[in-house]
Amino acid sequence: MTAEASETPTGSADGSTVANLTATSTAGSADVPPELLAHSLDQYVRAWWLRVRSGNSGVLPVVFAIVLVAVVFEIITPEHAFLRPSNLVYIFGLSTVYMVLAMAETVVLLLGEIDLSVGAVALFGGVIAFKLVQQPGPDWPWWAAMLAALACCGLIGALQGTLTARLKIPSFIVTLGGFLLFSGILVVILGGANGTAGVNSSVPNQRVIYNLVQGLIVPVVGWVALAVVVGAAGAALWLRAAARRRQGLVAPPASVTAIRIALVALVGVAVVVVCNGNRGTSLVTVQGVPWVIPIVLVVLGIWTLLLQRTRFGRYVHAIGGSPEAARRAGISLAAIRTWAFALCSATAGLGGILLGSFFFGQYSTNTADPGQLVLYSVAASVIGGVSLFGGRGKAIHGVLGGLLIGAIAYGVSLLNLGTLATPLEYILPGGVLLGAVLIDVLSRRGTGSVTGA
Amino acid sequence: MTETNEAPDGASGGGDAGEPLLKLRGIDKHFGPVQALHGVNLDLPAGEVTGLCGDNGAGKSVLTRCIAGVHQPDHGQMYFEGRPVHIRSTRDASALGIETVYQDLALADNLDIVQNMFLGRERLRRRLLDEDSMEKQAAETLSTLRVTTVRSIRQPVASLSGGQRQAVAVAKAVMWNSKLVLLDEPTAALGVVQTRTVLDLVKRLRDRGLAVMVISHNLNDVFEVADRIAVLYLGRMVAEGPAADFDRQSVVEYMTTGASSGRPFEPAGSASGEG
Repeated sequence: MTAEASETPTGSADGSTVANLTATSTAGSADVPPELLAHSLDQYVRAWWLRVRSGNSGVLPVVFAIVLVAVVFEIITPEHAFLRPSNLVYIFGLSTVYMVLAMAETVVLLLGEIDLSVGAVALFGGVIAFKLVQQPGPDWPWWAAMLAALACCGLIGALQGTLTARLKIPSFIVTLGGFLLFSGILVVILGGANGTAGVNSSVPNQRVIYNLVQGLIVPVVGWVALAVVVGAAGAALWLRAAARRRQGLVAPPASVTAIRIALVALVGVAVVVVCNGNRGTSLVTVQGVPWVIPIVLVVLGIWTLLLQRTRFGRYVHAIGGSPEAARRAGISLAAIRTWAFALCSATAGLGGILLGSFFFGQYSTNTADPGQLVLYSVAASVIGGVSLFGGRGKAIHGVLGGLLIGAIAYGVSLLNLGTLATPLEYILPGGVLLGAVLIDVLSRRGTGSVTGA
Repeated sequence: MTETNEAPDGASGGGDAGEPLLKLRGIDKHFGPVQALHGVNLDLPAGEVTGLCGDNGAGKSVLTRCIAGVHQPDHGQMYFEGRPVHIRSTRDASALGIETVYQDLALADNLDIVQNMFLGRERLRRRLLDEDSMEKQAAETLSTLRVTTVRSIRQPVASLSGGQRQAVAVAKAVMWNSKLVLLDEPTAALGVVQTRTVLDLVKRLRDRGLAVMVISHNLNDVFEVADRIAVLYLGRMVAEGPAADFDRQSVVEYMTTGASSGRPFEPAGSASGEG
């Protein structure tokens, strides 16, 4: 969650000014990520600022947008309620669904494809899991129900991926069909238009699923967990960068690594402070970090590892960047695409289970609109910085975009707009999505002119 | 123009220095009714650069793809290091040590130099990508080829100039202990300075003992780097021999008419085996 970018750059920085920062100067290499060339914090900051000014700033716009949205809603909501701890924790809970769906969508967007079925598949997966733990009924253990739901979703994704990758049907059409198909099947499984599926917090087996979002970590444990996580992540980051510097490999200056770790720690402390504050009434104490926050962090960690450190992730990026280059490198495009769709749908299934838990363990046909979920998850990825054209993006972008979407959606609902609220819940994210796509397109055009392709 | 039948002992073709690394004999290839290659013979010796010339549609690309394993010839035989071989796929070609740098380079713009050089052949450690070892190997390969103009091997390929991209593509091809490198129009899209860089790179490959085949329209480049020249005309190999046997005008005549001064090419040695 650092503020500086380490992703593939685009846009056209001022080449001559960047060249001043480095010993060697070559024409035509304007957008080299600053951490590759800087040897000190001073150089790094200057190179980074140049790139930000050239419109190529990684996660910075979305972080800025989150701050802006928070400030604006704090000012315009009645009683300035937006930044109250209870509301912030609610936003975390709501956003985690969008975060998980956006991470799912990210892998497909990286391929240069799109999955319009994530919303419907997510709800489908959630309902499957909820139905499987019903007590007069299957009464599966919670973990078996969840695994079965994820497996079902993964199979759906594999099917859609196969249709796209092997039969060359555009993913837009395949997943649009999947969206409609599973929106319908969902209602059937729920048991008609008035059907429901719920988990009860008083049944031990079902309580686990109920607590995914609703459960809170004891404040002390929250602090200990934060210390352990930040300590471990910080140590890993620091040791890896130090080892690379020792071997003469490309690594950011030590001060930059230190600042990154400090920023992660700062964000972590802020979240724990907000969540550990008492947000209940004078009679009932409600405090603690929701379980869903570490769950989302685990999903983020898995997706980051998968996309950045494995062959699968490398091939996904390669296919998104140049399918022809990937094909000539001997990569099986169809297999990678199919796997990507399968993993996307399985992750979406987890999002659906979280969604049910977020709605106090109750699933009904009007819990969520699959169409809106898709819009929000695609919007979250793109706003976060994932390119719609493939090859560029990270899991963290989905998380930040999801937080922004969640903040907007909840902020609008706080405004007491009456009948205007529902249309605004579409209009605002839609407008933000178009803005993000516009930035994506413009920055891509900038890259094209630099390479002179 | 009598340069073709002078100096019978000046250069003895593929006779004395043992077997050429790759020897093609009687290669035929047709696509439906179109005969793309007619009984093509070609020798690619190690430590020499062979320039393959020919007008558009002469069959240069088809021949290259046959060697690279993209196409399979209908008839004819290939000998690699003296052994008959069948190259059925690009993987077969890679296994023999044949690497191809296509005109469009096939680099993924969004990946960095190291990622592109190892694409499809990444090194793993504990099932994760071994970035450190790949980065070291890539840096070493680039420095032995004296490709020093890139500022960081972790910069995305999108930020490289045309010559740098070509250099990365060549480095990618030679990193795998390859013995034969096929370069398709390596200087087509480059400026003067960058062309110079790439031609120097080609010479360095030859000096390392690799066999190199350069496909090019640009006769300046061909005469600059090629030790041997082969000319295709309408799918037939109309001339093949040491570069000293040719001059610019004769190559152009072979490319456009299949003969020079009205006479077919006569090998300086003797039996080249006509198909």
